[in-house]
Amino acid sequence: MPLDWSALGLGLRYAGWATLLALLAALPLAWLLTHRPFRGCELLDATANLPLVLPPAVLVYYLLAESGRWPLHFSWHAAVAVGAIYTLPLLLRMMRAGLAAVDHSFENAARGLGAGEWRTFGRITLPLAWRGLLAAVLAGFARAFADFGATAIVASGAGNGWLLLPAAMAALAALYLGNRLRRGLSPA
Amino acid sequence: MIQVRVAAQGVDVEFHADPGITALFGGAGAGKTAILDAIAGFATPTSGRIILDDRILFDAASQVNLPPRRRHCGYVARHWALFPHMSLQDNLLFPLAGLAGVARRERHRRVRETLNRFELQEAGPRHPHEVSPAERLRATVARALIGDPKMLLVDEPAAGLDMALRAEWHKVLRMVRDDTNLPVLLATRDLDTCFELAASMLLLDAGRILQSGRPRNVVDQPVSVEAARLLGIRNLFSAEIVALDPGRNTSRLRLENFELNGPYLPGRLRGDRVWLCIEPGQLHAAPQDGSKPSANQVAARLERTSEMALAVRLEFAGGIVAEIARHDFEQLPKDQKDNDNKEWLVEFPPQALRVLGCP
Repeated sequence: MPLDWSALGLGLRYAGWATLLALLAALPLAWLLTHRPFRGCELLDATANLPLVLPPAVLVYYLLAESGRWPLHFSWHAAVAVGAIYTLPLLLRMMRAGLAAVDHSFENAARGLGAGEWRTFGRITLPLAWRGLLAAVLAGFARAFADFGATAIVASGAGNGWLLLPAAMAALAALYLGNRLRRGLSPA
Repeated sequence: MIQVRVAAQGVDVEFHADPGITALFGGAGAGKTAILDAIAGFATPTSGRIILDDRILFDAASQVNLPPRRRHCGYVARHWALFPHMSLQDNLLFPLAGLAGVARRERHRRVRETLNRFELQEAGPRHPHEVSPAERLRATVARALIGDPKMLLVDEPAAGLDMALRAEWHKVLRMVRDDTNLPVLLATRDLDTCFELAASMLLLDAGRILQSGRPRNVVDQPVSVEAARLLGIRNLFSAEIVALDPGRNTSRLRLENFELNGPYLPGRLRGDRVWLCIEPGQLHAAPQDGSKPSANQVAARLERTSEMALAVRLEFAGGIVAEIARHDFEQLPKDQKDNDNKEWLVEFPPQALRVLGCP
């Protein structure tokens, strides 16, 4: 059987975009939550964590149900958006931990030495937290790449050619299992 | 000169500091770091005003609150806070890179100059974890000074300074004090540091200033029993004045269960209650050999002896602590040395008695 690699490439592309999108939201949010706690920040945190407890199917259902107002249809972009929302909580959680691990005295020292918030972040916080942040990005990417439920529903509806790797593997597994069962063999 | 009046969480102080070192002395939780943070701009006080030279750094009434980078305060943090991912050189370059109008070459020249001044030429290209503690310490102070701050805030590390490092630390601070004309606020828990370096000290407890002045004056004349306890003064006794004789310049004081002759106490009346204290080293203590206590001698039971580097500390019943030279202690008969719970005679020389809050 000829191997079709496009599902893998597509999966990587999808996970990359979803992670990038989630990263753009998670990094400022994580910084805000660790450095400038404000009234209601716990509420924001809880909201961002909501996708963690919602089953993907429920999440997609709600997003689709809103699609009258929400520009979300069965499409590649929609899959990325769903993936990003789905990845956000994990990314946010890990990034918060990563940023909080930087000793405040370094950041205060930088401020006292004449650095503004941007320079402090770029020259001190980021270089000191990069291991934690990288771990967060990798975990987020893995989660987006491995996610099946949400993307399968959104992307598979987009028509031919939008089959992601997990979905493709699921289809393959189903085929294989079905064959074995029909021939009276054990599933393994 | 800096004028500070701030109230923040658990802190309410008002003081001013001139060029030279002003020590903030107090134990853990006294509010030393909170005060430094308020001045540096890392924490926002709830009310008050901070003026450095002629610039208002903070004023709650007119809602002025300069960000830390515009306050021009050098800050030496408790754990040095040298950026671990930069070489010492880059650490020194960091404050200069933020200055507008200083050319690249000029920056590097200043870094080199400062490295030389703090004897860091060889350590310059290395990272903080690769250099000796003494070099880290010097680099931190160098970094705080290189941007030409208007004052220096120093949070002395409470632990981790061994004897050699402490000497180095004092040397660096002395150099800063003598070479620059900056007001330096030094938060410390060490009374010796205050004496060695500071022109004046603020005695802090639970976020309030108990007393301020020259270290010598503060230690010699604590204003209250709290201040005395904070300064580690032993032998504090509550006493009642039973007689005053200005003619002979004496007084008679009644303590819990004995009476003493003391110096005349100007401004006090008979019947007043006062706090008396006496240095452990100024008490004369000797084992009781059957003779009766003479004037100002008190019979006391020895509860504990402990050895110190050069003296032996004797703790008696009733909270009396005396220190006698090791040499004198060694001369005592063996059974006197080895057995606690012996009766001793402790003599309180009248001229060594001090009354708190009394000049």
